[in-house]
Amino acid sequence: MIWIELFLTFLKIGAFTFGGGYAMLPLIQNEIERHGWLTQAEVVDFIAVSESTPGPLAINMATFVGIRTGGVFGAVCATLGVVLPSFVIILIVAKFYEKFRKSRAVDGVMYGLRPAVIGLIGAAFLSVGMTVFFPNGLQTAVFSGTGFWLSLAIFGLGTVLAFKKLHPIAIIGISAVIGIIAGYALGLYLNP
Amino acid sequence: MLWGDPMNKNLELFLTFMKIGTFTFGGGYAMIPLIQREVCDNKKWLNEDDILEVVAIAESTPGPVAINAATFVGSRTAGTLGAVCATLGVVLPSFLIISLISFILKAFQESRAVQYAFMGIRAGVLALILKAVYTMFKATKKHAVSYVIMAAALVLTAFLKIDAVFVIIGCAVFGLVWSLLFRKEQNDDMD
Repeated sequence: MIWIELFLTFLKIGAFTFGGGYAMLPLIQNEIERHGWLTQAEVVDFIAVSESTPGPLAINMATFVGIRTGGVFGAVCATLGVVLPSFVIILIVAKFYEKFRKSRAVDGVMYGLRPAVIGLIGAAFLSVGMTVFFPNGLQTAVFSGTGFWLSLAIFGLGTVLAFKKLHPIAIIGISAVIGIIAGYALGLYLNP
Repeated sequence: MLWGDPMNKNLELFLTFMKIGTFTFGGGYAMIPLIQREVCDNKKWLNEDDILEVVAIAESTPGPVAINAATFVGSRTAGTLGAVCATLGVVLPSFLIISLISFILKAFQESRAVQYAFMGIRAGVLALILKAVYTMFKATKKHAVSYVIMAAALVLTAFLKIDAVFVIIGCAVFGLVWSLLFRKEQNDDMD
């Protein structure tokens, strides 16, 4: 049953995400690959859509994956799943938050988790990089060399602009425009 | 005050967080200044110190920061029902907008222009992820143990293809055990 599967999968993702939406990426990639719901390229497209629409990244991603795999009710199940663990845990913590903040156990767990999340997002960066630069795997060059160099140029420009603190939506917009212009100008071959 | 005093507090929470959800772009941290303005300055439900607590707690509990913050503020302001209303409010705009966009995208995804656009966007998103890693890296306290955990998490997930859930559990347990054994005072070498 796709709906129960969506709910449980996003429950797991919600329960093991610490920090912002990007920390969710490795988990989403793992789960989507396991279930074969979407391609890695589609996951990257979702990140872009989530970044450029209002609302928390995590909710946007859950809704998007849910609706693509299980329709509107699938979206309800996925969103409910990703929200529920936070909701329940915060309700409990809100009651005991003095104790929670002074807890040595919580402090110790966070001591391990903070750097772990950085490593995990680093891993997501590498796997998204593979999708961007080698969409058909390392051996095949079906996407042609032009696509590779174009992606590299956009990535380079995007990195410079991101470090100049340009807004993410502006970076996504610029990347899209360059993609369209260069795509038509170079007559790039697209994979079916 | 837009919503008068006689109005139900739960409804007010719902509407306030719906507004916050509608105007937040990107991750949950982008939401904090908006929460501050609405919840502290406009509604006076919480004070500035409370907001710092919201951030601290949202960071150290699982789940998206946005949901953690909404649930926490709702629960502090009006109990469990308040938490339900605030969370529902923050989720609803995303849910509706994404549902709509998903249908629009589906209609245009075969178009050549859209495919070229996404080819460009994917490379742009990669740059955004790099920036996110760098920002988080800069914000963490750097010492030998944190470098080891970072490297271990990266290698285990990216190269050995270990499920991220196990990596997270492993790092949490390691941090706990290491702290209890080798770190004398809480917060002594943290940010």
